[in-house]
Amino acid sequence: MKYKIINNEKELLLEITGNFLIDTVSDNLTVSDVIEKIDSMKELAKVGFDVTELKKWDSSILTFLKQIKSHCVNNNIIFVKESLPSGIQRVLELAEAVPERKGIRKIDSSKSTLELIGDASINFANSSKDMLEFLGEVVVAFLRLISGRYKIKGSIIIPIIRECSVDALPIVSLISCLVGLILAFVGAVQLVMFGAQIYVASLVGIAMIRVMGAVMAGVIMAGRTGAAFAAQLGTMEVNEEIDALKTLGISPIEFLVMPRVLALSIIMPLLCLYADLMGIVGGMIVGLFMLDLNFMEYYNMTRDSVSLNSFWIGIFQSFVFGILVALSGCLRGMQCKRSASAVGEAATSAVVTAIVAIVIATAIITVLCNIMGI
Amino acid sequence: MNITTVDNTLQNIGNDFKEPDTKSVNLNNDTKKPHIVVKNLTMAYGTLVVQQNLDFTVNQGDIFIIMGGSGCGKSTLLRHLVGLQKPSKGEILYNISSNNVSSDLKEINFWEASQEERRLLMKNFGILYQSGALWSSMTLAENIALPLEAYTNLSGTQIKELASFKLALVGLAGFEDYYPSEISGGMKKRAGLARAMALDPDILFFDEPSAGLDPVSARLLDDLILELSESFGSTIVVVTHELASIFAIGTNSVFLDSVTKTMIANGNPKYLLKNSKDQRVINFLTRGESK
Repeated sequence: MKYKIINNEKELLLEITGNFLIDTVSDNLTVSDVIEKIDSMKELAKVGFDVTELKKWDSSILTFLKQIKSHCVNNNIIFVKESLPSGIQRVLELAEAVPERKGIRKIDSSKSTLELIGDASINFANSSKDMLEFLGEVVVAFLRLISGRYKIKGSIIIPIIRECSVDALPIVSLISCLVGLILAFVGAVQLVMFGAQIYVASLVGIAMIRVMGAVMAGVIMAGRTGAAFAAQLGTMEVNEEIDALKTLGISPIEFLVMPRVLALSIIMPLLCLYADLMGIVGGMIVGLFMLDLNFMEYYNMTRDSVSLNSFWIGIFQSFVFGILVALSGCLRGMQCKRSASAVGEAATSAVVTAIVAIVIATAIITVLCNIMGI
Repeated sequence: MNITTVDNTLQNIGNDFKEPDTKSVNLNNDTKKPHIVVKNLTMAYGTLVVQQNLDFTVNQGDIFIIMGGSGCGKSTLLRHLVGLQKPSKGEILYNISSNNVSSDLKEINFWEASQEERRLLMKNFGILYQSGALWSSMTLAENIALPLEAYTNLSGTQIKELASFKLALVGLAGFEDYYPSEISGGMKKRAGLARAMALDPDILFFDEPSAGLDPVSARLLDDLILELSESFGSTIVVVTHELASIFAIGTNSVFLDSVTKTMIANGNPKYLLKNSKDQRVINFLTRGESK
């Protein structure tokens, strides 16, 4: 591209030659070069083009010309559009056909720390309100259920029960067994020093049955079933399926949330029992093969050291976790916005909420048991 | 067919319309009772107003078209009409017969109605969502059975019979045990229609029924809508911007404008095409071909 100055520095003619394409744009003059040239000519009144040698062109020439044009318009210089090929003229006109609406551009407003804290507080208050509202609706639905005002069909609850029980067994087995194994290992290293390796059985038994069985089952279910609930309900929200229920006068809480909460609160204690057993099996593997304990010895020690209270506490915790995981999953699913990424966010948020809820509930139950001396 | 003939067809559509003389208008007012009355409705998301000052009436037996450009608030208006969203201002009144037997009408405002009245309203609404919105965990028969189970005391076999019948009505006989994921988009729409008709509702709402359908399927759906209107006498509210459908089925309409955020025309679409003085309406109804 070359400059041609004519008419006593009053007119600038840009000679554009060869190809002006996205991949060859670097061979051409840049916009800033041309603008610099325009600015350097004090008397300039007109910018025109000589395109007789221009071969192929694409969008890169359009953005180039558009910027020169707006610079010319701003500086009261005539931009001789007519000297361009008709195709380019038409596309430039098309781009200007619908002018930008005033106030439509998003303003990049960086908020102050105080504003951010304020926003976060308002969001927290709103989400707490939503959560309470949701809990309230679930309680009302539960009362309606036990007073017989509506029923949950077996065909709805049974697939959910299967999804969160039988299907979850392999992963619960693996994780619980490994947790028992790890507990036994860590304990064994210390206890062997005192020749008290038999107490590995007590350590694993009490830890698994009182807390770890329930917590591990809870965390697994939060990641597995809680996320699945959120994704299912979130997708239903996206597909207007929840609207379809609402406009039929069928409460989504009664139809979708209650069966899931019920299913998980029934299944979790059973899963916890299974996790306890697998944990003890894990501990036993270490006991039998590493510490050379005898099976009966290990079994008797476990039986003697674990109290029935610990067992019931574990079962109770898992029941609570079941409700918490199901509620978190359903809450986040129902809050899902209408996009594919929102479903992913709902699932993530469901897992986080459920795990936080599980940890808080464990802390509260442990403190309460301590106070009551159980 | 070339462009000129399309243009002619559009003009012909306008010419087809016979202007009602004063007598027949009066007659219409006597026989056609208002089914849905929208009074001074304002719709908003928070502080963002979508549409304001909407005033129109949907008469019994009407095929009422809600039209307007993309993003003008057609679907939002539908969400308000079916009670999914609460008006920011104004009200929507429904005249619903209190039971199947009597023809006495009862005026109900959804948001001020008692639990019983609301149930009565919802029973009388049939809605076909844009995506079909079939419950994906249930078979087609179960989808249609759910409204029947919720509102009637019919036995399991009777419900099954009815579900099969409704599926046959929309040309899906034999698809009872299919899941929504196993059928095509057009079939989903038809199954959605079968579900919407499950309770023989007084008012049917359609959210862009022909969106995503090929022209022939869209035409078949239009025919089905006309058939429903004639056979069951249902009032039908359709959100659409398909010109062919608008002229083929619409007996009354409202035109929403996204710039002024209010309705700028109300009446029979063919009448509007012929008589509207508003360039925006004419542009829309002629695809911008008549300037």
